[in-house]
This record gives sequence, C-alpha cells and structure tokens, in this order.
Amino acid sequence: MNPKLAKLPPRGVAGNILASDTGAATHIASAPFGHALVRAAENNPRIVGLTADLGKYTDIHLFAEKFPERFFQMGMAEQSLIGCAAGMARAGLIPFATTYCVFATRRAYDFIAIGVALGRANVKIIAGLPGLTTGYGGTHQGIEDLALMCSVPNLTVIDPCDATEIEQAIQAIADYDGPVYMRLLRGQVPVVLDPEHYQFEIGKAKMLTEGGDVAIISTGLMTGRALDAAKALDAEGIRASVLHLSTLKPFDRETVEALIGRVPAVVTAENHMQHGGLASAVADLAVDSGLKIRLRRVGIPDCFCDSGSLPYLVDRYSMGATHIAQAAREALH
Amino acid sequence: MNAQSEAISSATQEIRLKETARALRRHVLEMAEIVGQGYVGQGLGISDLLAVLYFREMRYDPKNPSWQDRDRFILSTGHYAIGLYAALAEAGIIPLHEIGTYGTDGSRLEMAAPETTPGVEITGGSLGHGLPQSVGMAIGLRYQGRPSRIFNLLSDGECQEGATWEAAMAGAHYKLGNLYAFIDCNNQQADGPPAAIMNIEPLDKKWEAFGWHTQRIDGNDVAAILGALAAARKVEDRPHAIVLDTLMGKGVATFEQREKNHFIRVGAEEWSVARQQLEERAL
Ligand SMILES: Cc1ncc(C[n+]2csc(CCOP(=O)(O)OP(=O)(O)O)c2C)c(N)n1
Repeated sequence: MNPKLAKLPPRGVAGNILASDTGAATHIASAPFGHALVRAAENNPRIVGLTADLGKYTDIHLFAEKFPERFFQMGMAEQSLIGCAAGMARAGLIPFATTYCVFATRRAYDFIAIGVALGRANVKIIAGLPGLTTGYGGTHQGIEDLALMCSVPNLTVIDPCDATEIEQAIQAIADYDGPVYMRLLRGQVPVVLDPEHYQFEIGKAKMLTEGGDVAIISTGLMTGRALDAAKALDAEGIRASVLHLSTLKPFDRETVEALIGRVPAVVTAENHMQHGGLASAVADLAVDSGLKIRLRRVGIPDCFCDSGSLPYLVDRYSMGATHIAQAAREALH
Repeated sequence: MNAQSEAISSATQEIRLKETARALRRHVLEMAEIVGQGYVGQGLGISDLLAVLYFREMRYDPKNPSWQDRDRFILSTGHYAIGLYAALAEAGIIPLHEIGTYGTDGSRLEMAAPETTPGVEITGGSLGHGLPQSVGMAIGLRYQGRPSRIFNLLSDGECQEGATWEAAMAGAHYKLGNLYAFIDCNNQQADGPPAAIMNIEPLDKKWEAFGWHTQRIDGNDVAAILGALAAARKVEDRPHAIVLDTLMGKGVATFEQREKNHFIRVGAEEWSVARQQLEERAL
C-alpha cells in the first residue's frame, strides 16, 4: 500500500460505480453537454458528433437523437474515433468526439498528437470520467490526462467546473477554430457557478472570491470544493482568494502571476495527479518569474487509485473541501 | 484433467458441469444483489464456459494460483469480473465467503477485476488488452517449454478495437497452438447491439481469414463447448478461436427476457424471483 495514502478501514459501502459525483450540491443540471451541443449545432450545420460506444455515457446521445444524420457511431475503437474526427475536420466539419478521458488520451494519444494537434485540425475531444469521478480503478480513472494533453503542442485543454461552465464552454469551443480537449462531467451535474455572473472565456482564469491570506487556485470540479473550503477558512478568520482556472492550456500566466505575487501562501486543487497539471504549471510559472511561493498541492499522489464509492475515494486520496482547507492552513504555517 | 474425470461417462460429466454452471450463477446473483446493479447479464451468460474451463479443461492448483505450469485464464473484459469471481470462489482460489464483499469499498473483488486479486492474471477492463497479452504469454510459455495453455475471454465489442486484430495477426503468425480465444457474442455493447453500433460480422470468417482455427457454437451449451475444445486440441499449429453465441442473463428468465442492457439495474424485490427462477430452470 502506498504510504502516502490515508489508511481507511473498509467501510462495506456498496460502490456506487456509475453515479455522478453531485456531492452536497443544491442545484443540479441534467446532461449539460448534450443540451449545449444541440443548441450550438442548431446554429452551425458544420457541427457533427461522434462517439466510441459511449454515447449514452457521455450525454452525446441527446445530439444523436436530435440530429441522427449528423451523428457517427464509431464503435469501441478510439483510435479510429480520433482519426476519423481529424479527417472530418480536414473535410470542413467541426467534429465533437466523445469517449472517456483514459481511452482518448491513453489509447489514441498518437492520433491526437499527430492527426489532430500537429495540423491544428478543428476537432473537439470531449472526455468523460476525469480524475476520481468513477468508482472503477486504474482502468477508468483519468488521473494523468491533463498532463498528457498539456504536453501536446497546439492543443487547448479545458477542465470545466460545473454545468454552467460546460454549457458556456461548448459554445465557446464550437466558435473557436482549433483543436480542443475538454473534460466532461456527465449525467446529473452540479451547478456551482451562477450563469448570471460567470462568463467562461478560453484561456482566462476567473477570480471567484477575493482574500489576501491565501490563494486557492483550482480547476475542474475541485473549484466547487475550493469554494466550500474558502467558506470554512473564512469562519476561522482566514481570507482566501479562489481563482478558478478552467483552461489549463493556454495557461493564464498574467492572472496567476498577479495573484501568487501578492499572497503569502498558495494551494492548488485539481482532480488529477499532483504532477503534470495545474500545480506543476503554477510551480513552473513561479520559477520562471522568480517568485518564491509557499505551495501546497491537493491532487492525486503518484499512484493508480483504488475502486470504490466516490465519497470513499475522495477521503482516501484527500481530495475533499476539508482537505483543501487543511492544505491552506498548512501552507500558512 | 485427472484420470478420474476421464473415466466418468461424458453424459455424467455434462450433468455435473451444468450443475457447476448453476452454482456459479448462484454466486453471480449473490454478488449482483450486493451492489443492486451491474454486469449480472454478462456473468450469467458466461457461466457455462467458466464451468467447463475451471472444472474440466484447465490445469491449475487452487492452493498455489501462481504455479508456473498452470493454464491461464485471461479476462480481457474486466467488467465480467462477477463471473470470474464466481468461478474462482467455487474453485477454491478465493474463499467462498469473500464474494460477499463484491464491489464494496476496500474489497479485493472490485467490479472490474484487478490483477492484485488471486486468480486474476491481468487487469482487464480497458478493452482490447486481453488478446495482445495472451499472445505474449503464449509465446513466452512456449519458448520456455512449458505446457501451459492460454484461454482468453474477449467480447464482441472488443472485436472493434484495432489491438485485437493486431494481436490476432501475431497469434497466427507465431502458430500459437497453445492459445485459445473465446469471443463472447452476447449481442450487446454499451450503446446497443453491435449490428447497430459497428458491425463486426461475419466474425467466424474474420478469425478464419486471420489464420485461426475457428469454430462457432452455442456458448450456453456445455456439450458444444466440450466438443469445440476437443476439436481444438487436435489442431496444434494454429491458435483457436471459439466464437460463442450466448444469451445475456442466461438461466434467469426475467434477465433473459429483459430488454438487453449492458449495465442493468435491478429492484430490491426482484432478487428472490431471480433466485427462484434459476433453481426452477431444468438443467
Ligand atoms: C478501450 C475501452 N473503450 C471503452 C470502454 C468503455 N466500455 C466498457 S464496457 C463497453 C461495452 C463493451 O461491450 P462488450 O465488450 O461487448 O461487453 P458487454 O456489453 O458484453 O458487457 C464499453 C464501450 C472500455 N472499457 N474500454
């Protein structure tokens, strides 16, 4: 057993393998990606959809039902999925291709790097089950996909926080001419960001709360937990900034640099390994700009994760709001 | 296979294996009920093959699951774990009582079988890994002069993955007579039946064309499985593909009749009916 992991006794709770992690969310939206893609496609006949036998499981079935003639089921063949999407883009279409993070990035990596990214083919890869959002173990948990995708030149990499951001991001990436890898939260998805006040922009980090004691920089679903952590810290008199950085690449250096330059401690929170993703990008930036920062990373350590129910996994790998708050306290001491 | 089992008449043997298959199905239901959902259809569908492999065909030592000269069962479809655990428990490779932990937090019996569990040879579940690794094992064991054979279970859906066919080519190229691939055609994958998702037929002709000794049988017919294995043993210079047409949920009427689904949810009240239907089914 990895000594870095919290030791927890088996709880005997049946693993709720396929449920979405809606946690304590009060607002939920159903299949935000599927609905957003349908809306974008209504205004743009070049948009087509593809999947590799995961239509029902990535919400693109809604698009397939609405536009059957614009939907292409590729079977369980991820290399063919990405290769065909690249070909469709070269033929002038805007393909949205769905599968899970692990199958897109591990099996079809070469097809993404060369077929899609090298020539900037206008392919949108939408990948489900990021990080610890599935109870299956190492085969299904996309824990290093951001590291892989951020390493590919020309690729835009997005890890949205919630239903609001997914809806906005789908329109934005449909309008953007270039290859995109976007993580997907599927099914019942929490609404964390208020659509009246939040506006997604590719490549822009957004300050959600301001505080001068500690900066929490978060991406993906961890932002919901970062906001909860900030509330808990506030009750203790610690004022935290929460900077939500959903575009990992291109990285919003300006905003991050300005923030980490003016707080005494920084916490990163990502639904991904602690290396190769958000924390590494922040650390790189600090070094490049000669900033000395105290950094604590919340993320998955260097291991394949267990299977089990989502609350069990969140505790086991210290990925909850309480862990983010604790990391902030530690960073301050 | 020991001398004693050889001596038993084939009719008696068939009945025993059918009884064993039913025992495996009982275990499958028991496990599925714990999580209330899952791959019960696949587990029930493949129980006949597992009964024949683990209780007639394969050589292994339950006390020493890593015995070097064992025959190896390679589960490519990690999510069929529920069926494999039933066989491992019945065979005494894992304790029978442990199946009560299936799918629960901290259990070794994860819903997709991990290779850290005794009797599980590879971590399947990222589909398309089984056949390449099986080819490698078959080459490696033959190279070392070991008598072991490799029995790989793959699914109809996996016949859409390129890796499967790359390995199929290699298996024939290296004339791996010690390699057996069972393709479970339960006519279902995640989004629907393969014919609607991405046609894979004619599967038997494809395997044949790839250079495999190929048979296509009713995968829920114990006698047919025994017959196919006997025929395969006679061919030593080619790998063996046995395409199995199976019925998802086999043995439990409500699951057989249910609209076919890759991942089924079962109401709490349905389990006692399911158990009863299993016992009522004629062997
Ligand atoms: C490489 C890969 N792609 C996609 C998946 C997701 N997935 C899990 S099961 C499944 C359906 C596969 O169908 P089949 O293998 O025929 O299994 P069955 O429906 O009989 O359980 C899919 C697409 C996967 N596990 N691995």
